[in-house]
Amino acid sequence: MIRIDNVTKQYRGAARPALNNVTLEIEKGDFVFLVGASGSGKSSLMRLILREDVPSSGVVFVLGENLKRIPGRRIPYFRRKMGMVFQDFRLLPNKTVAQNVAFSLEVIGKSRAFIQTAVPDVLDMVGLGHKANNLPSELSGGEQQRVALARAIVNKPAILLADEPTGNLDPATSEDIMKLIERINAQGTTVVMATHDRGIVDRLKKRVVVLSDGQIISDERGAGYRSSETTVVGSKSYFDEIEGDQ
Amino acid sequence: MHLGFVFREVGQGLRRNVSMVISIVLVTLVSLTFVGTALLLQFQITQMKNYWYDRAQVAVYLCTDTSPSAACPQGEASADVKTVVEQKLNSPLLKPYISKYYFEDHKQAYANFEEQFKGNSVAKYVTPAQLNETFWIKLKNPNQSPVITQSFSGIAGVEEVRDQRSYLDQIFSILNVASLAAISVAALMLLSATLLISTTIRLSALSRRRELSIMRLVGASNFYIQLPFILEGVVAATIGSVLASAAVLGIVQFFVQGYLAAALPFTSFVGLNQALIIVPILVGAGVLLSALASGAAIRRYLKI
Repeated sequence: MIRIDNVTKQYRGAARPALNNVTLEIEKGDFVFLVGASGSGKSSLMRLILREDVPSSGVVFVLGENLKRIPGRRIPYFRRKMGMVFQDFRLLPNKTVAQNVAFSLEVIGKSRAFIQTAVPDVLDMVGLGHKANNLPSELSGGEQQRVALARAIVNKPAILLADEPTGNLDPATSEDIMKLIERINAQGTTVVMATHDRGIVDRLKKRVVVLSDGQIISDERGAGYRSSETTVVGSKSYFDEIEGDQ
Repeated sequence: MHLGFVFREVGQGLRRNVSMVISIVLVTLVSLTFVGTALLLQFQITQMKNYWYDRAQVAVYLCTDTSPSAACPQGEASADVKTVVEQKLNSPLLKPYISKYYFEDHKQAYANFEEQFKGNSVAKYVTPAQLNETFWIKLKNPNQSPVITQSFSGIAGVEEVRDQRSYLDQIFSILNVASLAAISVAALMLLSATLLISTTIRLSALSRRRELSIMRLVGASNFYIQLPFILEGVVAATIGSVLASAAVLGIVQFFVQGYLAAALPFTSFVGLNQALIIVPILVGAGVLLSALASGAAIRRYLKI
């Protein structure tokens, strides 16, 4: 589903690479937490998976596409199979909840009939059917993130990328959002979520990939949140083990 | 695909940047009006060439007593000179080229001169003897005038052989310079129109960057992302070019036909027929140019 092979990402003018020889494989239906301090490379990794960037070296395969080779005109079609949510929700402030979700379908040319059924369905699923005609400014942070999630999944993506989706939310609201993301995952969508939230990671017992200074220092299933000091593993040999397990 | 969506975006973009859109309209209007004027001048030149070249004659001016002595050492041309010229015109060598010729003596020349300079004080100081007696020759093919010029230049008693077209060519070169000037102004204005369109599109994209980032995120195709911006530029430039077409039609109808044609009744001027040929050229140029400019601008601004 997602395969990242020996990927290094060096930004121009940066002293050290944002990602340094990273190798990672994510299977269909997986739920993966990316954890690590700010600047550890979580966001760079997500940008590569979404093909917002290309690696300086190494290859990234997502949904059967080699993202280094994919021609520019195919990138939009590739992204239609991906959903993405952010810490800051990124809703359009002048559009209602329903319009925000509908917008993402309109711009990929979905029919009006499809939009008219898909939008209420997905809003019901995230529990916001009754707020379809509200503006984002009239919603709480948690509700706004639900709208963002509705927008991300309305087109039934194979992969959901979440970049600190609970970063701006209080713990109780975060809990609700995580339940929603788990439900999305249970319906077969692969989830990759970057987070700082130790509580969530510890509680959900999912696969945890720890990044530090652009390198993967641990990758365990059902693990808790570990700080980078506790585990330092030579990434290559460690990964050979992991791949052997699967 | 949702044309409704595209048009809604275009409408929003146009409303959001109303002042920039107006400036695009105005600059396109002015630049394309200059283009149209240059084309009109070219039509006018062609039309006058067709009209006047048919009527232009070659004049063989005979010497008078007041002619410069370098060309006419013997003074007034004698009757023999006229006979020689006439014989030559009727000779088998020249006759095939000539459609007809006639002789204008001092009296007729004076009568024509008086008619031409009626009310001008110069007429009072000119006497019939000062005006050349002239053989006016109309050629079957006006382009063959060098045959006549060569045959009669240098004959004793002939002051000068002149193809009238040489006067017309001066007029045409003035008109040509005017149309070149119009084209140069138009080129500068079109350049600024192009830059203005790029700037406007970039501003428009900037004011819609949230929408754009979401469109890219959810996988809108480049066509969907770019089309509203390109159409925004095209709509503004089309309004400008339609106004420019109206201006060109107005110039022809009210200035050329209404004023010039009345002031100079013996000249044939361009009419609305020719102006109508220009309209699609102007609109086409406006649409094409704005599509290219806004397309290039949005492509440079928006990377996938």
